Amino acid sequence: MSESVSALGGASFDGFVAVREIGPLGMISLRVKPGVAGLDRAIREVVGTGVPAQRRIEVLGDRAVAWMSPDELLLILPYRDTETAMATIGSMLAGQHHLAAVVSDARAVFRIEGAKADQVIAKLCPVDMDRLAEGEVRRTRAAQVAAAFWRQGEGVTLVCFRSVAPYVMGLLKHSAMVGSELE
Amino acid sequence: MSTRLARGGRLIDRTKAVGFSFNGKQMRGFAGDTLAAALLANDQMLVGRSFKYHRPRGIVASGAEEPNALMNMGVGGRFEPNQRATTTEVFEGLRATSQNHWPSLEFDVGVVNNLAARFLPGGFYYKTFMYPRAAWKHVFEPIIRKSAGLGRAPKGHDSDRYEQAYAFCDILVAGGGMAGLQAALTAGQAGKRVLILEQTAHWGGRAIIDGDDAAREWIAATVQALGAMDNVRMRLRCMAAGVYDHGYVLADEKVADHTPGDGRPKHRLWRIRAERIIAATGAIERPLSFAGNDIPGVMLASAVRDYVVGFGVSPGDRTVVVTNNDDAYHTAIALVEAGLAVPCIVDARAQASGALVDRARALGIRVEQGRAIAKVRGGKRVTGVALCMQAGEGAILAEIACEAVAMSGGWSPVVHLWSHCGGKLVWDEAQGHFRPDATRPPTGHDGAGMVVCVGAANGEGLAQPEPVWIMPQGAGTALKTKMWLDYQNDVKVSDVQLAAREGYESVEHTKRYTTLGMATDQGKLSNINGLAVLAGALNSTIPQVGTTTFRPPYTPVVFGALAGESRGEIFQPMRGTPIHAWHEAHGAYFEPVGLWRRPYCFPRGGENHAQAVEREILNTRANVGLLDASTLGKIIVKGPDAGRFLDMLYTGVMSTLGVGKCRYGLMCNENGFLSDDGVVIRLSEDSWLCHTTTGGADRIHAHMEDWLQCEWWDWQVYTANVTEQYAQIAVAGPKARKVLEALGGIDVSAEAMPFMTFADGVLGGMPVRVHRISFSGELSYEIAVAAGQGRALWDRLVEAGAAFGVMPYGTEAMHIMRAEKGFVMIGDETDGTVVPQDLNLGWAISKKKADYLGKRGQERAYLARADRWKLAGFETLDGSVIPDGAYIIAEGMNGNGQRNTQGRVTSTYYSPTLKKGIAMGLIVGGLDRMGDQVEFNTVAGGTVRARVVDPVFYDKEGVQQNV
Repeated sequence: MSESVSALGGASFDGFVAVREIGPLGMISLRVKPGVAGLDRAIREVVGTGVPAQRRIEVLGDRAVAWMSPDELLLILPYRDTETAMATIGSMLAGQHHLAAVVSDARAVFRIEGAKADQVIAKLCPVDMDRLAEGEVRRTRAAQVAAAFWRQGEGVTLVCFRSVAPYVMGLLKHSAMVGSELE
Repeated sequence: MSTRLARGGRLIDRTKAVGFSFNGKQMRGFAGDTLAAALLANDQMLVGRSFKYHRPRGIVASGAEEPNALMNMGVGGRFEPNQRATTTEVFEGLRATSQNHWPSLEFDVGVVNNLAARFLPGGFYYKTFMYPRAAWKHVFEPIIRKSAGLGRAPKGHDSDRYEQAYAFCDILVAGGGMAGLQAALTAGQAGKRVLILEQTAHWGGRAIIDGDDAAREWIAATVQALGAMDNVRMRLRCMAAGVYDHGYVLADEKVADHTPGDGRPKHRLWRIRAERIIAATGAIERPLSFAGNDIPGVMLASAVRDYVVGFGVSPGDRTVVVTNNDDAYHTAIALVEAGLAVPCIVDARAQASGALVDRARALGIRVEQGRAIAKVRGGKRVTGVALCMQAGEGAILAEIACEAVAMSGGWSPVVHLWSHCGGKLVWDEAQGHFRPDATRPPTGHDGAGMVVCVGAANGEGLAQPEPVWIMPQGAGTALKTKMWLDYQNDVKVSDVQLAAREGYESVEHTKRYTTLGMATDQGKLSNINGLAVLAGALNSTIPQVGTTTFRPPYTPVVFGALAGESRGEIFQPMRGTPIHAWHEAHGAYFEPVGLWRRPYCFPRGGENHAQAVEREILNTRANVGLLDASTLGKIIVKGPDAGRFLDMLYTGVMSTLGVGKCRYGLMCNENGFLSDDGVVIRLSEDSWLCHTTTGGADRIHAHMEDWLQCEWWDWQVYTANVTEQYAQIAVAGPKARKVLEALGGIDVSAEAMPFMTFADGVLGGMPVRVHRISFSGELSYEIAVAAGQGRALWDRLVEAGAAFGVMPYGTEAMHIMRAEKGFVMIGDETDGTVVPQDLNLGWAISKKKADYLGKRGQERAYLARADRWKLAGFETLDGSVIPDGAYIIAEGMNGNGQRNTQGRVTSTYYSPTLKKGIAMGLIVGGLDRMGDQVEFNTVAGGTVRARVVDPVFYDKEGVQQNV
């Protein structure tokens, strides 16, 4: 069986922060209304956390669940575990109106690491980084394309669509060049 | 001669000498100099030629308001025209050249325009170049643009890079002078998040020059205090360029203008959202209008002070000061304190008194009250002034030899940021300037004023001038034609007065007629003087005449900063499929499809595109072809009401589709027009997967969500756009099955997988979904695989297909093959005015359904009319290809004298399969016209005859795809 490859094969760039493409990560888009019977249990089972509140991301080890909209969650987990997770979700939400879809391959994921990671985001996303709360996930745009990001460790994890991965890598490289620090 | 003084210069570092060149001449300056200061230190008073008359022009100002000293800066990839010497920091190796002269700055033939000035009055162009109309574009404009103009646009690529950044704050302070620093300090101490911007390279503004030691100490201490506050950010060399709705501010930071090539971005455009904006933008001194006020050596009094005190530069041994207010006395005092001579202060006021006047007199400076400058002597530099009475007509009373003239006509608050978003102004009669009307501010999202002006920008602390708009007040025509209002656009007092005589009453009209204030400085110096002269000529008042509109940016912002990172590789997002790298490696010629790049064809050897397309088609029809169809939209629709939802969205019935089956569907908008098409498959009892066109993926997903969220919010349906989750590969051709069988894993036999079905399984070890659908008319499988394995599957198919002659084909081959089959293409056969019925697609429209989106629209009389243009096929009699976009002509002419039409071509190709031109098109009567001969127009003129035929040119029975 062939391995799934990420969009850029783990490309990286060292500027005033380190940028690297990671993944592929397992991702499941789960459309469901909050409070649906079995949802809490399904998230607990698959991710190990509770259901995130509005604009929040719950992280536990290499798994996470992010609030994407009033009726959409994004589950993040090891790539190989999506099939099991889909089965778990399917059984726990059986009979409840929901839609779960694996979107691992539809995405590209970047890590922007370093003390000044926020500055790279501030050049590309119209987001008030000072006011970004701990554990907050932000759906926004990076220059001309849709993106989502959250702070994790010393840095930021940014997700975009796979087809624009080279563009986003280009943006990140341009914005992370040494000498262009904002402060 | 202007020169460097032995001592002084608060802004320069005399220990750091800097070499630069002007017009090829090597010069020296000091770190901290502006280019203007360094030029004056090298006695370069002549810096350019004026726009229209090519008059010699020198440095007038010391800041952003400078109209004359516009330079070509840099060379090659760093060439920039129209850079102001007064705001350019000098650096080692700087290369500047002057503009708008030929053949040289010192000897310019264009100056004949100056001699002919009486023939070039205001509105000259409008009056002269009216007839013949065509001559404007082809004769007059090119010549005028060549003779009159500033810098040339750069031709090559910009070597530098630019970026943008977002910032958010409670209080944005524009201007780092004392008022701005105080405002920032107050806000910072109150715990507000503050961002303070200063356009120059130093904090303190005019107070550095005009303030005493205590003031400068206060500045240093305040800058330090602000720097220590976590909630305050400070940026030098950063100009607030414009204020927009809801506290949005654009600011241009010159990051590396003064350190080119150090790898930093040249400029950074800040996109700031501020709760409140404090405009501490100061004030700009006004010139006085006297004859010869544009001769090099005539400068603003404040600028002279800046050069002497700030840069240690003397404008000349002897400077005559001319003023209508006390402020210019500062200049006279500064000059004398620097050891220079002030032969006379020419004060237009009948009585001058006050502390500054007394101090000047105490220093022994001669003060002439009620006097004016009749004219300035000199050509390329000032040699003296002739004095007269301000109250008179200009009879010369005395001559004074001098090298420079320092003028002050009073101060105008910089109200631009206040005005950009609608803040109103009030004319302050006592102060003689427009200042912000605090009762009518620009309002923000909460309805409250979002801009506050402080300090000089609010008209505070400025010297009171006596109104002097023309000097002397009774000057005749000879003098007034030499009184410059707008230096950069060569507008004189006489031009504005002429405009008034010719009936221009509105200041906005006068501006455009005379071009007053329309140059790159946007009238920073000329505006108030110009409208005062206009008011005088109209026998009106200044507030009645009013001002022209202030628009962003405050000073020009380079395109590079506005474009930011959007250049080169990241000019636009370019979407690539998981197989893109293979296409690139195999010489694909790409075409843009939305933001995607899709292979148009794969030329081999010396093939041209047409030959490659022909080969790809013939090979697909004879052997097997591969198409990267990954870009097709894929949307999962799931829920108890999903079937009902799809029945509303599509014209056909999707709720009855069996699990494992595929069905072609059409989607219309509410008006009935065909919007998208694609194959729908049923995944399970309550879920479907809708394929859309490439361009429709996001649009149709949004369309679905729109209806679900806004109209049918109580229906239980969820959608998910999984377009990019899958790579999709079409394997098409008579040998397609053999290729899949060679990979093995899933049963793709005719029995196991009949036409219009699909199955999930494993192919060559990869989990896939195989659809038996065909857009080419051949036996065809579309295989979906996780995007991360798309390339691997493609490689396997290429490898396994080699034995069967597999070749990839591009979008053009796909287009032609579908046209050979008579399949419609969204965007070719449709253009937003076409209903499915026009395309003979009635078979895909359910007659039984009560409703679907577009049904009522299609029942409207106009769309249901029998004589609409309908789809048919066309074959030229001579086998040629009908030109793209051709119309089918009809008898007679319409009301506009154009030929009547009865239809048009929608798809037209050379068919490699049929070895002739084939076309689809819309024609009155559609298929009822079969057999008719019609005429299409051609691009070259003339027509081409064609026969109306069935649009299915190839394999009408569908034998090929049903094997």
